[in-house]
This record gives sequence, C-alpha cells and structure tokens, in this order.
Amino acid sequence: MSPVGRLALILGLGFLYAPILVLVAYSFNASALVTVWGGFSTRWYGVLLADGPLMAAALVSLRVALAAALLATILGTLAALALDHGRRFPGRGLFAGLVYAPLAMPEVITGLSLLLLFVGIGLDRGLVTLVIAHATLGLGFVAIVVGARLRGLDPALTAAAADLGAGPLRVFATITLPLIAPALVAGFLLAFTLSLDDLVIASFVSGPGATTLPMRIYSQVRLGVNPAINAASTLIVGLVTLLALTATWLTGRKARTA
Amino acid sequence: MTTTRALARLLLPTIPFLWLGAFVLLPFLIVLKISLSIPATAQPPYLPVLDWSGGIDGWGAFLEALDFANYETLATDALYRDAALSSLGLAATATAILLAIGTPIAHALARAPARWQPLLVALVIVPFWTSFLIRIYAWIAILKTEGLLNAVLLRIGLIAQPLEILNTQAAVLIGLAYAYLPFMVLPLYAVLSRLDRRLEEAAADLGASPTRVFWTVTLPLARPGLAAGALLCFVPMVGEFIIPDLLGGSDTLMLGRVLWSEFFSNRDWPLASAVAILLLGIVLTPVLFRESRRHREAAP
Repeated sequence: MSPVGRLALILGLGFLYAPILVLVAYSFNASALVTVWGGFSTRWYGVLLADGPLMAAALVSLRVALAAALLATILGTLAALALDHGRRFPGRGLFAGLVYAPLAMPEVITGLSLLLLFVGIGLDRGLVTLVIAHATLGLGFVAIVVGARLRGLDPALTAAAADLGAGPLRVFATITLPLIAPALVAGFLLAFTLSLDDLVIASFVSGPGATTLPMRIYSQVRLGVNPAINAASTLIVGLVTLLALTATWLTGRKARTA
Repeated sequence: MTTTRALARLLLPTIPFLWLGAFVLLPFLIVLKISLSIPATAQPPYLPVLDWSGGIDGWGAFLEALDFANYETLATDALYRDAALSSLGLAATATAILLAIGTPIAHALARAPARWQPLLVALVIVPFWTSFLIRIYAWIAILKTEGLLNAVLLRIGLIAQPLEILNTQAAVLIGLAYAYLPFMVLPLYAVLSRLDRRLEEAAADLGASPTRVFWTVTLPLARPGLAAGALLCFVPMVGEFIIPDLLGGSDTLMLGRVLWSEFFSNRDWPLASAVAILLLGIVLTPVLFRESRRHREAAP
C-alpha cells in the first residue's frame, strides 16, 4: 500500500473512532469537565446505576428491541422467501417497494405516518406501538440479509429433497432453514440494535410511561454534556459493537460457504 | 402436491404483505390525506375526518372539504422555503465533502493487502451500527467552545481565541460527514475492489504518473460507486433530524427539524404532514431520476 493510502486509512479510521474513544475516556474521568482530566474513576457508573428513570428506560428499550427483533426476523424472512428467485405473484413490485421503503425513508416521515395511523385507529401509544414501528423498520434489514443468503443457496439441494418426496414445508424445515440460520441470527441482531438505537421514530410513536433509553438520553443531552450519560453511552456502545461484530461475522461466513 | 405448493406460494407473501400494507402503505396514505386537512382544536387535531358511515355522500363531502392551504403555506412562507433550501444545500455540501474524503479512504481499502481487507471493512461498518445519537452527542464535547478541539488548538498555539463551531452550520457539516462516511466508503469500495487492475497497470506502463492514472483511469471506472455513495448519503441527510438538532443550534433550519417542531411544539399535524410530503418528494426525485437513467442505459 502506498504511503498516501496508508495515511488516508489512518485518518479515516481515526475520524470514525476518535469521538467514540473520547466519550469512553470521559466516562472514566473523575472530573465533570471535558477539558480537565481529574484522574481515573468509575464514579459516573455509580451515578448511572442510581439513576432510576434511566434504568427503567433501558429496561423498556431492551423489552421493545427483543419483541421487535423477533417479529422483524419472522416477517423479514417470509418477505425474503416471497421475493426469492424472482418468484412471481400479483403486486410483487409494490411488495418489494414496501419492504425496502422504511430503510430509505427519512425517519421523521416513518415516525409521523405511523403515529397518525395509531391515532386514526385508536391504538394507545406505548410498548405495543413501539414494537410495531421497530418491527416494520427491522423487517427490511432482515429481508436484505436473508435474501442475500437465499441467493447464495444451491437450488439443486431443495430440488433434490422435493424429488425424494419431501413436501414444501419439510423441504423448508430440513434443508432451507438450517442453511439460512446464520442469516436469521444476523438479521435478528441487526433488527435488535436498530430498535435499541432509534430515537426519532420512538419519539413519535411512544406514549407516556414508555420512554426508551435513546429518548431519555436525548432529553438529558439537550441540556449539555453529562458525565453519567457518557458512562451509559460507553455501556451501550460496548453492547452494540459486540452485537454488530457478531452479525458481521455471521454474514461474512456466508460469503465463504456459499 | 402441486396445489399445496401453489397455495404456499400464494400464502407466503400474504402475511408480510398485510403487515406492510397496514404499517407502511396505509400510514403514508393517511399522511397524504391529513396534509390536505385543516388544523382544528379537537381530538384528533385536524379536519376533515373521513366518516365511513356516510357512504358515498360521506366521500363526496370529504373530497369537497380537502384543502390545499397547507401547501400554500409551504410555498409562500419564507420559513419553509429557507428550510428546504438549507436542507438541500447542507446535504449537497456534505455529499461533496464525503466524495472528497471517502474516495481516498475507499481506494486505500481496495488496495490494502487482501488478508487485511475483511478486518478493515468491518472497522468501517461497525461505527455505522453503533448508536447514532451517542456518536453525534460525542461531538458536542469536542466542538463546544470550552471543548476538546479548542483546548488542543489553543495549547499548540494554532489559534489565540477559541473557535465558535458548535451551533453553527460548520458543526452540522462535520456531523453529517462523520455519520455518513461509511455510506460513502462501502459502495465505493465495492466498485474499486472489483476493478480490473490491468487497466491501471497498462496506463502506468505507458508512462502515466500514479496521480494521472487515478484521475483518468480509476475515477471514471468508479463512477457507479461514486453515484451510489452520493445517493446513499444525500437522501437520508436531507431529512436528518438529530444532527441539526444537537449540533446546529437554533439557527440551522432543516426540513426534518421543521417537521418535528411543527408536530411536537406547534401541534399542527396537517402542516407537519404537508412538510413530510414535501420532504418525500425531495428525496424521491434523485432516486427516480437514477432509476429512469438506469432503465435508459439498460435499453439498447
């Protein structure tokens, strides 16, 4: 690699990671001021654990993310199977558009439109509306990940099973499902992190009593830098990075086995 | 046997189709409808409401009551025009910045030793999955007047007075470039890593300098990646809310933020819906333009 290329990579990755590292470092700073290093301390983690509303919001976020990711994985897999191998059915173009639309649409539009629907049908805003919104968002990501894996499958495998007399359900359960399992797990993890991370859509569709972690963090950081939030951020970044690395690893394996 | 398969084929899309119809298509139609309503101090806060019990007459009355006043407000009130122009301007500037910094990074990634590439690509992807809100929040501590950047610059004597960066458009541009860098680098990398290296070698053999090879051979061949990256960044940036809200201060107007404040602060749902339709039109234009060009290029 040329020296210029090496410099570009170092600067680029530095730009991507420096803010996160600064945040992590400050979470261990005994001083509350960003420009003063007061020595290593875990006091902000203590402050964080004693912060009742923040802990409650974290619990809401985890519950919503778990339910939304499960739903997104089931629906997204069904969508990917429906779209696989150019399968034809009435409204295919519209269907594909609807699957991927929430990925490209600005979040404020998704949030506003879902809220207007929930108000229109008289559904109380809270955990249920949060789960529906996040499942709809995650569905598209799952469909992409699972769809890529399905395209890499050898169609001879399912054809052979069918020739040997297995019904479509049996072919799916014994051949297709085990082969796409890593993509299902990766899709689930991505939908989970998306839900855990979302502020904008949640702000629209959530109601009193269902404040998610990003909503709580947002209301705090609007008031300025807050060391306890730095500690919370460090924990979230650690968790999400772990999930993202696992998902990347699982999708990366596909490329080699397919 | 064949009938069960045909049945499965028909049923498979039904469940996700119903879900998407209910939670993507229907909400969009409701936004469209409410954008043509007038605000009211009622619950829900808008008129007209379609009354299903009215039958055909109800539909007639509903259609007559549709109102374009919200779009007139958008077209005539300077606030919304400025917000639209400022969204487009900031997104275009940030896209240009991203093209400038993303291209060398993607190029270096594609030319890195093969065994390092998966790790380096993962390093670019991971921040994309790591809490958007938190990564933007991290910049507040760096950019604020008594923040880290100013402290460093003052210490090394590059500036005598702290710079006012936070709550300006410069901070918004830094935030946009930071948050969307992976969206630019990854599609560019995908194209550059598959590029036929022999073309570059041929140019070099014929005496072209590395810079000349890059500008006359590599970059033109990377055009699909440049276009994909620019589109992937530009579209969501136009509707961005968190970055202008946390880094831009009260003076930075962007459509996503205007929609948010019309909805949450002014509680004007019809106007917020009209802003949503305007925003959707703006983000769909480049997407449709690209699709139609692809169709034309695909046709002989």
